[in-house]
Amino acid sequence: MRWVADVHVRLRPGIADPEGQTIAGGLRALGFPSVGEVRAGKLLRVSFDAADQEAAEEAVSTMCRRLLANPVMETADWELQAEGIPDEEEIA
Amino acid sequence: MSRGPRLAVAVFPGTWSERDFVHVADLLGWEARLVWHADAELGNADAVVLPGGFAHGDHLRTGAIARFSPVMGAVQAFAERGGPVLGSCNGFQILCEAGLLPGVLLRNDHLQFRCDWQWLRVEHSAGPWLASEELSSGDLVSLPISHGEGRYHADPDVLAELEASGRVVLRYADGDGAVTDEANPNGSLNGIAGIVNQGGNVLGLMPHPERAAEAEVGGTDGLRILRSLERWLVAQPAVAERRL
Repeated sequence: MRWVADVHVRLRPGIADPEGQTIAGGLRALGFPSVGEVRAGKLLRVSFDAADQEAAEEAVSTMCRRLLANPVMETADWELQAEGIPDEEEIA
Repeated sequence: MSRGPRLAVAVFPGTWSERDFVHVADLLGWEARLVWHADAELGNADAVVLPGGFAHGDHLRTGAIARFSPVMGAVQAFAERGGPVLGSCNGFQILCEAGLLPGVLLRNDHLQFRCDWQWLRVEHSAGPWLASEELSSGDLVSLPISHGEGRYHADPDVLAELEASGRVVLRYADGDGAVTDEANPNGSLNGIAGIVNQGGNVLGLMPHPERAAEAEVGGTDGLRILRSLERWLVAQPAVAERRL
C-alpha cells in the first residue's frame, strides 16, 4: 500500500528563530503592524510503501526520529494518508 | 615517531576545504589521503579530518545526510577507539548530527554568512588537538571563520555538563580575550566555538585552522592546533609503533 505523509518540522519552543523574526519584520513593513511572532519551519511530503496504517505510522515516526528532525532543536508532527483510496464523499 | 602523522581527510559531495588540509599537511611534512564518503575504510590513518564545506548540499540540516555516508561508520569506530578526529566548520556540524559530539549548530542569529578573522580564547589545552606545548589555557588565537550556521546550541543540562567537565575548549572573544556578545559572531550559547567529546579525542570547531597556516594568508595560529596532533602522537608510543 502506498502512503503519503505530510511532515511538519518546527523549531522547538524557546529556540530563537531569526528567520521567523525577519519574516515577521517583513510582514509588519507590508502593512500588518499587528503581526506578532512568526516561526519558520519545513513541510516535507514523503510517499512510501507500508502494509497498513500502523506500519505506516511507525515508519514515519522512525523517519522523523532518525533523520527528518533533530530532537535537540526540532519537533516533528505529521498527517498520514493512504494514496489512491477514495475519501468518503466520493464513495457516497 | 620517525615520520609525520598520516591524515585521512573525508570528502563528501560538497566538501570544499579538503585540499587546504592536504596543502597544510604537505607544509608540515605529513601524509594526507583523501577518503571519499562512500568508502568505509580509513586506511592506517593516525587521525581523521572532516573538513568544511556543504556536505550533500547541507540539505534538510547541515550534516544531516552526511552522517549516513559509509565513511562515518569508520569515523565513529575510529573515534570510539580513541583516535583523534577533527571536524572544522561543516565537519563540526556533521560530528554533532552523527552524535559524536553533543548539541547542534543553528543558523547564525543575524542570518548573515560570516567570513572573517576571529579571535578565540583557548579554555582548556589538552588532548590531541590542543597540546599544552602549543596552546595554553587563556591563550588568544586568531583563525578564520566562514559559516552561515554556527550558532552552537545544546539543552541546558548538556551545556552545564560540557562546561563543568571542561569540554568547552574554544570561545569567541575580542582582541583582549573578553568573551562578549559583541565578539560572538553567530549567537552561540556561552560564546562556544569549539568542544571536545568525553574522551577529548574528538574536536569540533567552527573556525578553520587549515586557513591559518601561512603568514602570507594572514596568520599561522592554525598550525598550533595541527602541530598539537604530532606532539600527541609522539607521546603515544603504542599508537606510533603500531602504525609504523
